[in-house]
Amino acid sequence: MAISVKVMHRPEPETTSYLRAALSGMALTFKHMVNPAAVTQQYPEEQTDLSPRWRGTHRMEVHADGRPKCVACGLCPTVCPANCIRLVGGEDDQGNRYPVVYEIDEFRCIFCGMCQEVCPVEAIHVGRHFENAEYTRDRFIYDLDRLMEQDHPVTLLWDPSDPRGE
Amino acid sequence: MEFQPISGIWAIVAMSLKVTGMFTVLMLVVAYTTLAERRVSAWIQDRHGPNRVGPFGLLQPIADGLKSILKEETVPATASRVFFVLAPMLVLAPALVTFAVIPFAAPLPTPAGVVDMIVADIPIGILYVLAFSSLAVYGVVLGGWASNNKYAFLGALRASAQMVSYEVALGLSLIAVLMLAGNVTLTEIVWQQQQLGMWFAFPLSLAFILFVISAFAETNRLPFDMAEAESELITGYHTEYSAMKFSAFMIGEFGHMVTASALMATLFLGGWDLPGTWDNAFWYDGQLIKGFAADGTVVLASPALWKTLATFGGFAAKTGFFLLLFIWIRWTLPRFRYDQVMALGWKVMLPTALAYVMLIGGSILVLDEVGVPWGFSYGAALTAVSTVATVGFVFFLDRGRTITGAAAQYAQKVEVKTISQPASAGD
Repeated sequence: MAISVKVMHRPEPETTSYLRAALSGMALTFKHMVNPAAVTQQYPEEQTDLSPRWRGTHRMEVHADGRPKCVACGLCPTVCPANCIRLVGGEDDQGNRYPVVYEIDEFRCIFCGMCQEVCPVEAIHVGRHFENAEYTRDRFIYDLDRLMEQDHPVTLLWDPSDPRGE
Repeated sequence: MEFQPISGIWAIVAMSLKVTGMFTVLMLVVAYTTLAERRVSAWIQDRHGPNRVGPFGLLQPIADGLKSILKEETVPATASRVFFVLAPMLVLAPALVTFAVIPFAAPLPTPAGVVDMIVADIPIGILYVLAFSSLAVYGVVLGGWASNNKYAFLGALRASAQMVSYEVALGLSLIAVLMLAGNVTLTEIVWQQQQLGMWFAFPLSLAFILFVISAFAETNRLPFDMAEAESELITGYHTEYSAMKFSAFMIGEFGHMVTASALMATLFLGGWDLPGTWDNAFWYDGQLIKGFAADGTVVLASPALWKTLATFGGFAAKTGFFLLLFIWIRWTLPRFRYDQVMALGWKVMLPTALAYVMLIGGSILVLDEVGVPWGFSYGAALTAVSTVATVGFVFFLDRGRTITGAAAQYAQKVEVKTISQPASAGD
């Protein structure tokens, strides 16, 4: 059995020209220096267009009178694969169920969006938002008030019958 | 109107102002060269570069300086403490003092007399520059040795070998300038360029090219930065340095660059001279003269504030051009191999510089014997000789292929070999 080997001969020293290569390199860099094709995004000033299906920071929808839409059915803590939602339900004097405690640990959350999919009253949503840096770790446990304060656009869920969102 | 040089108490005041101003401007230029290096390298690489601190990143050097001061100074346990601390000072000081003999503008008239725009117009001029710029290598070697680190030591050894080698070519290419100017004082070199009617870059073009290449090697800039070859030596002689001591090495390197740029501008691009004879000024027999009339009598100069400012702008533009060239070349060319650096220095630069000294010396002798007057025709004759020499040098360096590219003429040969393998024993 034979092996074929491709031998790439380097140019002989007599046939190479450092000067020419240097000058053409200088011309190339000069072109870029005077007309830089700067592709870096200047982030705080320029924002990326997030996909409509981007799943980020959560948001709780509210009624017109300021109450959360959540009915404390308990589906979202059940479906949550990361077990990051803590829900304690309560009932008011008219028999309406409401969340007494509703906390999401954004550190544990894997942003799968299943809480939004499973919610029967379209109360909890994942949102098109990602700038949630904080100075302390305990600030990452979002309570009900904080979830209701969020005002970023919510995620458009993927529809299997319309996979491209048309 | 008669102009007298400034004297008495006002001379001391003027001198103090010049020293302070020079130092401040030099440090600012060094600081902003670091910023320019980062911005220009970013543009060359299609990036933005530092643009966050202040408008267009203009406060970045101040932020860098603050950071350097606040960082921890570390001294390796096995380092030689005294020399370790001494080395950055030895690098920094020569880089800053060499600027003293470089004239940076036309003389400035004041009510108390005319002030020369040079810190120290000493008669040894260029020799002082050479002496001090070679002193910087002591700091480099000392820093590398005192760190007690093999990479630092190797970097220092390389730096010293390289700086010593290229000093030879640098000095020899200078000889052509000194022969033509007939003096080592930088003010007189500027004056002779004004009288010749052209800058020395034309009549001494080969010396100019050799000087620029040697200056790159002297300042340890790419493609000659063997002393801090990152891929081999971490960062060379300042591997062990941190915080402000490291910054001192950096300021030294950039200060060296600025001084070398100013020197190249002075020796070969006429210093502060601008085209035309309106700005010419030189002290001759106690009088500030502009030139000589046809019958040999002197024509008095008329210094003015606007002339000083304009010529200072010209000097700054020329120095800035060389600084940009330093940065531009650094971000274009890869580093030489060490033996290539030495081969270029000793086998190409040194013989060429020596031959060129002979050629220019002979040409000057012939021109003087024939009796060509010092002026434009004298310069034109030397320009012709130098152009031939430069073309020959480039032709030699390029090995005769300046017109068609080597790659086009000799396409890479690809050969397909077939190697027969012995049949394996199992079959």
